[in-house]
Amino acid sequence: MSGEGQLRRALSALRHDPLAVTGTAVLTLLVVVGVAGPWLAPAGVNEVNVDRMLEQPSWSHPFGTDELGRDVLSRVMVAARVSLQVGAVSVGIALLVGVGLGLFAGYYRGWLDNVLMRCMDVLFAFPVLLLAVAIVAVLGPGLLTAMIAIGVVYTPIFARVTRAGVLSVREQVFVRAAVSIGASDLRIMRRHVLPNIAAPLIVQTSLSLAFAILSEAALSFLGLGVQPPAPAWGRMLYDGRGFVTEAWWLGVFPGAAIFLTVLAFNLVGDALRDVLDPRQLTVSEARRSAG
Amino acid sequence: MARFVIRRLLQSGAVLLGVTLVVFLLLQLVPGDPVRVALGTRFDPQTYEALRARAGLDRPLVVQYFSYLGRALTGDLGVSFRSGRPVTSIVLERLPATLSLAVTAVVFAMLVAFPLGILSAMRSGSLLDHAARVFSQFGVSVPDFWMGIMGILLFAGVLGWLPPSGYVALTEDPLRWASHVVLPAATVGLVTASILTRFIRSSMLEVLSEDYVRTAEAKGLRTRVVVLRHVLRNALIPVVTVVAVQLASLLGGVIVIEVLFAWPGIGRLTYDAVQARDYPVLQGAILLVAALFLLVNLLVDMLYARLDPRITAR
Repeated sequence: MSGEGQLRRALSALRHDPLAVTGTAVLTLLVVVGVAGPWLAPAGVNEVNVDRMLEQPSWSHPFGTDELGRDVLSRVMVAARVSLQVGAVSVGIALLVGVGLGLFAGYYRGWLDNVLMRCMDVLFAFPVLLLAVAIVAVLGPGLLTAMIAIGVVYTPIFARVTRAGVLSVREQVFVRAAVSIGASDLRIMRRHVLPNIAAPLIVQTSLSLAFAILSEAALSFLGLGVQPPAPAWGRMLYDGRGFVTEAWWLGVFPGAAIFLTVLAFNLVGDALRDVLDPRQLTVSEARRSAG
Repeated sequence: MARFVIRRLLQSGAVLLGVTLVVFLLLQLVPGDPVRVALGTRFDPQTYEALRARAGLDRPLVVQYFSYLGRALTGDLGVSFRSGRPVTSIVLERLPATLSLAVTAVVFAMLVAFPLGILSAMRSGSLLDHAARVFSQFGVSVPDFWMGIMGILLFAGVLGWLPPSGYVALTEDPLRWASHVVLPAATVGLVTASILTRFIRSSMLEVLSEDYVRTAEAKGLRTRVVVLRHVLRNALIPVVTVVAVQLASLLGGVIVIEVLFAWPGIGRLTYDAVQARDYPVLQGAILLVAALFLLVNLLVDMLYARLDPRITAR
């Protein structure tokens, strides 16, 4: 089935799965908040108000205020953009590099395959967060380095998934036919191989987005992601952890935002996997193999 | 079997060599002079020169790597840029705290996941099965540090049953160790349990549909005997791998939990080394964790091959 056909099938399946519909609705809402957050937010994200420090949730501040009197709802809304941005860019990096490496390794096999896959094995030997922390520690904390670090740690899984797909597709008759009529390797990879391995890649992308957002939250929690005063869900949890026993809302709302986002991506990812690639790993297995 | 073991040993050795290269290159990627960066305002020319020479930074890159590799093989991972103490002893001092947390978390996860996974597979489609599936979806989606904060809020803040953070060595006072380990271990363990539950359930379901199970049932064996003698023994073989891989990831992957609960393990050491820009300690911690990760994976593969001889034939 062509890549376009697979996509149509996936979209149709998503429409009929209540969990996937819920996940998609949450994600749509998140994208809207992510894009329009600064305009929709009821207050400025860095509007300090020392007279209203640690105020309980109320009509004027539905999620309460933090230790500097800033509106937590506004900060949670604006931070959605950071999470989605990090998720999209880092998974984009992993997808681009991983698919490229997996494609060449699986198509050419031999020593290139051996070298590339052993490099991926080396990256797999590090726990995900530890490697991301190490990369950020070396390059310096910040949004860009967090995106690069998360992109690097999720590259091997894309390389493996791609290579596995290429290995089976390259033996198909239509690929051999393309070779026999003199099509170039790059054209075969682009026109014949890639569209036929799109299914597992779509599933992996969706699941990786969830893990990337979790990783970004963890990096921000450690102070290695987005730097203050810019809001990030993980950072908000870190800053609020000292006050959490007297101001529960500082712990509850940013964490709930991370949880709902990751859950939404996982629900959509699981539904996609069920229809596109039932033999592929479950979320838990993917997480295990990634970490 | 011997050929399989030798092949896996060689593969692990090659990967470990690659790991040392990555860890070594980390220091080279630091923008500017890593020693100067690490010393910061405490800079003085004598200390600077001594640390540079001790770290071998004044020599060519290739020489530096082979020297690093040679020293690492003999257990010498250099000295801390901050304290001047040997990295190996600093890292090894933190290992017991991490080990005790990781093992407790995995035991907790197994206590939750085994009954839940087995029962949910045996009563597939029941309310319990649905609850188990919701639990596992929850577990893979929830950030563990958020669960930790909620745990602190409830059990330390509202109920006052447990200390919010801190560590007491198991050998020093087992009871106080237990009161301190409950929250972090349960936090990590619940996430691990959700992953295990899902895996045990699917592995059980797969075996339950096998012909030999149907034959056992047709023979008139009681359900308990079928499950214990035929299903569990086969279904749990792949679960061994998952449990071990989870344990291996926890040995190096609980940085956030160790930071949140002020648990002085390898994760906390890594975090402190990053904050202090103490690169040799960071390298040492990462190398140890990756080596442990590889070792556990190697042991699991061998155990797996022993439990299921078909593996060695592949």
